[in-house]
Amino acid sequence: MNTTKSRRLMTLLTALLALSMFAAACGGSDEAESATGTATSECGTDNSVTKGDKVTDLSVAVVAPSDSQDLAFTQSMIDSLTRLGIEPQVTDGTFQVEVAADAIRSYAADGIEVVIVHGTQYGGSLAEIAPDFPETSFIWGTSTSTNDIPNVFAYYPEAQEGGYVNGWIAGELADGGSIGVVGPVEAGDAVAYINGFKAGAEANGAGNVAVTYTGSFSDVALATEAAEAFLTTGVDVLTGTSQSTVGAVNVAAENEIPWFGTQSNQESWSTDQVVASQVYHWEVILDDMFEMIEEGTLGGEAMSLTLENGGLVVEINGCFDLDGGAVSGAGDIIDQIIAGDINPPA
Amino acid sequence: MSEFFTLSVLIATFASAVRFAVPYLLAALGETIGQRSGVLNLGVDGVMLLSAFGAYYTVVETGSHLFGIGVGLLIGLFMGLVYAVVTVNLHAQQGISGIGIFLFGLGFSDLLSQELVGAIQPIRKLPSLAKLPLVGGIFEPLEDIKYLGELLFSHNLMTYIAFALVPLVTWMMNNTTFGLNIKAVGENPQAADSLGVSVERTRFFAILIGNTLAGLAGATLSLQLGVFQQNLTNGLGFIAVALVYFGAWRAKWVMAGAMLYGIVTATRLQWQARDIIPNSASDIAAMAPALITILALVLLAKRVRGPAALTKPFSRH
Amino acid sequence: MKRLLGVSVPLGAALVAFVLGSLMILALGENPISGASAIIEGAFGSGDRVAVTAVRATPLLLVGIGITIAFRASVINIGGEGQIIAGALLSTAVALAIPDTPRALLLPIVMIAGMIGGGIWGAIPGALKAYASVNEILSTVMLNIVAVQLMNFLLRGPMIDPIEKTGSRIPQTERLSDNAAMPSLAEGTRLHLGVVIAVVAAIVVYIILWRTPLGFRLRAVGHNPDAARAAGISVEKNITTAMAMSGALSGLAGVMLVFGSESLRMVTDGGAAGFTGSAGFNGIVAALFGGLHPLWTVPSSFLFGALLTGATKLQQALQIPAALAVALNGLIVLFVVSSDRLRSWLERRLNQGAFATETAELRESNDDRVDEQQNSTTQDTIR
Repeated sequence: MNTTKSRRLMTLLTALLALSMFAAACGGSDEAESATGTATSECGTDNSVTKGDKVTDLSVAVVAPSDSQDLAFTQSMIDSLTRLGIEPQVTDGTFQVEVAADAIRSYAADGIEVVIVHGTQYGGSLAEIAPDFPETSFIWGTSTSTNDIPNVFAYYPEAQEGGYVNGWIAGELADGGSIGVVGPVEAGDAVAYINGFKAGAEANGAGNVAVTYTGSFSDVALATEAAEAFLTTGVDVLTGTSQSTVGAVNVAAENEIPWFGTQSNQESWSTDQVVASQVYHWEVILDDMFEMIEEGTLGGEAMSLTLENGGLVVEINGCFDLDGGAVSGAGDIIDQIIAGDINPPA
Repeated sequence: MSEFFTLSVLIATFASAVRFAVPYLLAALGETIGQRSGVLNLGVDGVMLLSAFGAYYTVVETGSHLFGIGVGLLIGLFMGLVYAVVTVNLHAQQGISGIGIFLFGLGFSDLLSQELVGAIQPIRKLPSLAKLPLVGGIFEPLEDIKYLGELLFSHNLMTYIAFALVPLVTWMMNNTTFGLNIKAVGENPQAADSLGVSVERTRFFAILIGNTLAGLAGATLSLQLGVFQQNLTNGLGFIAVALVYFGAWRAKWVMAGAMLYGIVTATRLQWQARDIIPNSASDIAAMAPALITILALVLLAKRVRGPAALTKPFSRH
Repeated sequence: MKRLLGVSVPLGAALVAFVLGSLMILALGENPISGASAIIEGAFGSGDRVAVTAVRATPLLLVGIGITIAFRASVINIGGEGQIIAGALLSTAVALAIPDTPRALLLPIVMIAGMIGGGIWGAIPGALKAYASVNEILSTVMLNIVAVQLMNFLLRGPMIDPIEKTGSRIPQTERLSDNAAMPSLAEGTRLHLGVVIAVVAAIVVYIILWRTPLGFRLRAVGHNPDAARAAGISVEKNITTAMAMSGALSGLAGVMLVFGSESLRMVTDGGAAGFTGSAGFNGIVAALFGGLHPLWTVPSSFLFGALLTGATKLQQALQIPAALAVALNGLIVLFVVSSDRLRSWLERRLNQGAFATETAELRESNDDRVDEQQNSTTQDTIR
């Protein structure tokens, strides 16, 4: 526990940090290079992803299960590459693993140097494909392990970290009230985010944090009605994950309930109600991986997105007018997570 | 559990069920008319996706829900024209031509969405009666009535249209020449033909109406949800076709089926929100509407014969 | 002449569909000619591509011949997706339970398990139709939904890879033992035994339908249920049998998807198509393009498989969204199935002479009647 004095100092420092972030944010970019952990956007400016300078000449292709513009999982990867100035070849919509496997093979056979395999379920196929193309580097996620394949890198978001922070801020807003979480299927990083969120909210005095798994990643109508159901239980805050969340966000917006998002920045959804989004900044680790590949190391490491390395950024919506105390408190929480004092459950 | 069984929650659950059921109802009514005339349309889902996108895009560009519904209707009409020609004039095998339309609708709506809209944007949802421009004021006091207001007066225009169509369709089938022709043509096209009824023209129009209703269903879906996304329907169209059989080709039983589906869905989401159903059973909860629909039919169904000429193309010998 | 028209008219229809698709490709700023060559190259460009096409076609063929059986008994089976999943689940569960069984024993066991799983999933709607007059379209659509949720439940719960439980929580099983893999037919390619098994199954189905008493009974029920009943054939039992057989073949397709895959696991992305690749629907298309004849379904599923495989290459080569390939797929199906009447009209016109035209017209109206019976459901069998 911090003493009052050091807590005041921390608050001052965090406030200064927030101020400088605000200043840095002028210009509308949602880059998070100035501080670890949070970034507050400037209200009214266009916060779409800006294309950065090209960091590598390696040829890159992406194979992904859903639409590139799903405002969630796949979009986060495409956005990250855009920030690195890379325009990859993309094969999206490959829900079926065998089709994705085919695409992965084709890219490798065509001589693409880096194939980003953006789907956990493709891992099994990758294990068979990668050894056939020892000169190609495969970057696979989300996964915590490379399965010991020398030319495979793995990436994984520690979604529970940002989830915890979101949850903590949500707890502030709920002020003892209840919170609703609209989840898809109880699998993958959705669970990590939700578990982290729940812990963070409860640590900050939220009343009841209720979770509904609708049973589908893509059914918008179900997510909508699940959110409506939460309204009848009197929730003060809502959050959710997967492509179907657009339904739930719309309900939150309509009913003036604050919303927390994950995977991509969801501000454009509702400038008034989206409080913050945990945004996956894959570029932080991709940058490292590209460097390693250029130097000849084609794989063998698993990297995760964390608050510490800047891969996870809790992007706060400047238009929401979040209480300054909440912002600095969030900064505190982030520091504690980074220091290891808080261990959000995955 | 006790909080669920309060009047306000029960009413809210029912309202949610109604909202959920409306697209199913519209599409199923359309399919009923088509099937009564002897035509099976498995492409409903594809038509819905196309009209859902069309309506959504119209609202994005013009901000007008009215235009959006209109565009959805026109898309349904156009697809109806296509399906009518393919089925009545070209005698294509109905199950498979429907699947062709489904695949086309699925892909084309997705393609247009990616190319024309790009990043998903939300739109303003269909307003409830009280929030309609100009006339909204009339309905406001009605909506404010305790309990009854939410139950009866808080829905959007398409909801009322959908439920009004139920007695309308029933009346049409039983009391108009057109309706009687449809039934005749679906039961015994040879006999109908010998009596001077144009089998082809009747089926043509039945298909047009059916697909137009599917178009309205799709438009209602995207405008109720306030968004379009690939495969927004998630199989809704197929469930709507299934509901026609549930309803034994009678509009009011089709409505009952749609409401059953909606009520079970709304209830299980409520129970999940209140932890009455724990998360470990979330998949079972998600199965519930489907299982209960089958169960209901097994328990309640009488042996009903469908239109004898269903899926058979007509040709004079 | 009939055979020539039978091939060229559908091909022409597919071409028209592709012209429409080309317009879409042009609208996206790409070259349709390169698109066409990408599809052909993707499907047939090398020995390995042909192998991928064949492997892609295998589930379509299996589902397709199952559809054929059901249709011949006048039942519409659109429950393929669920039956594939049910078969895959049961066979994978069995394989996980007995991993050390030698391959020569394990593969037949899991194939039987898959057929049992799919068979049950098909028998339920069949029995519901026969004994409770629940329409099969309704029950199969509903059971498809149930199957997906069952798959999600099992793969994220009891059947999940133990490593995943505390790891990434991917809803997949652990990797099956090497002896569970379908043996490869040609080293270095993806071609596996499943392709041959599917073709053999097609021949077996043909024999069953036209050379056995069972097949006779099934076709009799489909042709004229009243007459069949009068002749002492149990309509109910045979409808159930037809659906069970159809389901069993779809279940076998599910086995191929798991045991013939590179990853040797069963994994779900929460929806049906993520596992099945829509084989449950595409198989129907393949069956009907094959004229509902099991032997003709072999080349038709191969061609359809080529279309699907080529589409992946199309997407990659032109960098156009997968959605376009799906739409094009639908257009081709629509145009080909619509061209049937044109084919018979051409047949009539091209036969010179009045006598020839008259007999041709008689033949055409006969064709239509046969088509009607092929198309009809068994609405009227339930009295």
